[in-house]
Amino acid sequence: MEPHEFPHIEQQLAPVFERHGCEANQLLKILREVQEIFHFIPPAAITCVASHLGVPRTQVEGVAGFYFFLSLKSVGEYRLLFSNNVTDQMQGNPELMQYFCHKLWLESGKVSEDNLLSVDSTSCTGMCDQGPAALINGWPLTNLDRDRLDMIAALIHDKKPVCDWPSMLFEVKDNIRRAGTLLGEPFEPGAAIRATLDRGSAATLMEMEASGLRGRGGAGFSVARKWSLCRASPGDHHYIVCNADEGEPGTFKDRVLLNSYADLVCEGMTVGARIIGATQGFLYLRGEYRYLLKKLEEVLARRRVAGLLGKNILGETGFDFDIEIHLGAGSYICGEESALIESLEGKRGRPRNRPPFPVTHGYLDQPTVVDNVETLACAARIAIQGGEWFAAIGTTQSTGSKILSIAGDCARPGIYEYPFGIALHEILDDCGAEDPYAVQVSGPSGILVPSKEFGRRISFEDLPTAGAFTVFKRGRDILQIVQNFARFFAHESCGFCTPCRVGTQLQKKIVDKITHGHGTVYDLEELKHVGHIMQSMSHCGLGHTAANPVLDMLEKFPDAYEHKLKNFAFEPVFDLDGALETARKITGRDDAWAHLS
Amino acid sequence: MGALVMSKAITIDGKSVSFIDGQTIMDAALAAGVYIPHLCHNPEFEPHGNCKLCIVSVNGRNMTACTMPAAEDMVVASDTPELDSDRQALVQMLFVEGNHICPACEASGNCQLQAAAYYLKMLSPHFMHFYPPREVDASHPDIFLDLNRCILCELCVRASREVDGKNVFGISGRGIGTHLVVNAASGRLGDTNFAVTDKAAQVCPTGAILIKRQGYKIPIGQRTFDHKKISEVQMEPAKRTEPEHE
Repeated sequence: MEPHEFPHIEQQLAPVFERHGCEANQLLKILREVQEIFHFIPPAAITCVASHLGVPRTQVEGVAGFYFFLSLKSVGEYRLLFSNNVTDQMQGNPELMQYFCHKLWLESGKVSEDNLLSVDSTSCTGMCDQGPAALINGWPLTNLDRDRLDMIAALIHDKKPVCDWPSMLFEVKDNIRRAGTLLGEPFEPGAAIRATLDRGSAATLMEMEASGLRGRGGAGFSVARKWSLCRASPGDHHYIVCNADEGEPGTFKDRVLLNSYADLVCEGMTVGARIIGATQGFLYLRGEYRYLLKKLEEVLARRRVAGLLGKNILGETGFDFDIEIHLGAGSYICGEESALIESLEGKRGRPRNRPPFPVTHGYLDQPTVVDNVETLACAARIAIQGGEWFAAIGTTQSTGSKILSIAGDCARPGIYEYPFGIALHEILDDCGAEDPYAVQVSGPSGILVPSKEFGRRISFEDLPTAGAFTVFKRGRDILQIVQNFARFFAHESCGFCTPCRVGTQLQKKIVDKITHGHGTVYDLEELKHVGHIMQSMSHCGLGHTAANPVLDMLEKFPDAYEHKLKNFAFEPVFDLDGALETARKITGRDDAWAHLS
Repeated sequence: MGALVMSKAITIDGKSVSFIDGQTIMDAALAAGVYIPHLCHNPEFEPHGNCKLCIVSVNGRNMTACTMPAAEDMVVASDTPELDSDRQALVQMLFVEGNHICPACEASGNCQLQAAAYYLKMLSPHFMHFYPPREVDASHPDIFLDLNRCILCELCVRASREVDGKNVFGISGRGIGTHLVVNAASGRLGDTNFAVTDKAAQVCPTGAILIKRQGYKIPIGQRTFDHKKISEVQMEPAKRTEPEHE
């Protein structure tokens, strides 16, 4: 394609610069808008943005090349991204994508010749309970089927702007199936802040301590401890960040919390801000959830009017706090707190070297607390009802309740809140799982649990989880599931450290090899070897956990792969028949004679 | 409550190594003459910590020596068969993800990746080769940029930023698509203000940044790592060899 010329780029970008100013930490926000204007980030825009922000061109190109929703090559006026989470896969997304591509003479990953549209797949969009799902120019499409895709094809053909498409295509339901103390009880906005002001910050921190509240993002760090460390850290400013980068495939609880419990979450942030002494908070919203942005902005506006955000909150002189929403741009690693902070600063989402930790050196090197959406909602409840009340729920080491995002082979996918300590078989009964064979707890980075272990319990001491709960019935191909996860990690590795950058690729290639029937016993050993290197040598949690599904399969599901293996010890990775694929494509042949075996 | 100011110390492989506050495990080790294998680290620049060769076991937990501040009572294990085996795997990973053909490479003998492989007794790349299509940029009058050999250590990025004040290099892409970029809209090194005298032109541990018209000036067999181990060379940073000019 001809190089694009943009003679008026400075004028075109002037309003964007106007909106965001010239601080380097606005880079990601600016690039998101550039992408919307041009459907990619042209080299001329990189130069223009770099000179506007006074940063090296390489920095702008670095950020533009990092996030999946930004692109350095045109993706067309319409970009349709099919969610490739394992649940979407089971619901038929690969076939739907093929159907759509076939219908419109498209090749996935490539833009159409008229530069109108492109089709590709993307990591889990968080609509597992109402898939198959996709994103059209960043807006979520749910419950896809052929009829809907036909409609979408017609809309694109007519060049109808996405904002004018029928709203039924974009319907997203909460699907709350079981509400407990967090979701079920009424909440009056302002109550948690009032309780905190009445009790005092130090005493409220003691309540957090007494509650035993641990982070809901998966790691389970004590909230009281994190807040005290940050509160005690010297700095010009303190920040509190709500981590709404819900990227773990299979998780969608934060989507529901932000849609229907945003006040509770904001209130948790405000209580936290009061305790650590922050005047500025950020809500880092994953790009996939941009459809929630408007609604969330309205919540913030309403809270400002009600005196729950802004200056002198609830009349308390000097209690100033406000929240700004930052949109992500398609990057799983930004759920890692230090990568998230880098992204907030407009940089590539690369996990930082630690120490120092964010509680002392976070956003702009200032003391920063990063907490999960659900954690903050819990904190608001605790501020009102006290630590003892909270600690009475759940188990000794895992207090309170846990919201699970249940999807996969079950009759009633959706949101379920349970006290910690609930056994898997009880959950499976509740959600109507049909002949369950395995459950992926906490997504690909979590644990694949076989049916004989369904007596295990959701808790930090047994099965910790960030919320994903994906059910697989008997007959599901575990190898195919693991292949999906291996591809996910290879796609989402940030590329910073050697073991994860290369290891996730090696893992993907070996799993692919086994799936294609070319694997041997040697490859199993190789998977363990690569897994060990990633676990022991990686820079962050992504690399440390990327081998989990593979190793779980090797250990607990031998039936999944043994029949696929060749009888000899070694087969080279080079696939002679596979090498003919290009020739087959060129000649348009796929008959038996075009294959070696 | 003694009057004596005791210097602080950590233990590396049973040897007591003193440090001052602010030093990393790597700093302390290098100062004490204890070698920890590394590729992306160079004491002249800010530590980066991405090659992961310098991972050591600190009180049982793996940590990156070049970025982890030394702290009293750290018991560090570095020279162990387990860690060296894992390090060897990392070097093998670096070999297969790029296109490293030592016998045909101008940097052979001066290459730290190759030298690290020797040091860690690597006999083969072990893993499947990726054979990635990567670019060679010969647009600069004095320098070749051969991305086939880039191991993403970001030493040139750091040198250009910290020493040359130019930001000629940066990193874009992600995952396995992570790659070096140069500061020009054309993407060509020749369109940047990179100069052969820049520090960034001297720091590449492999042959990704090659100075033109210097090829085989020193015959293979007489080069740095033909005579010395990488451990010896990296322990004497003052005498760093790499290409001379004029």
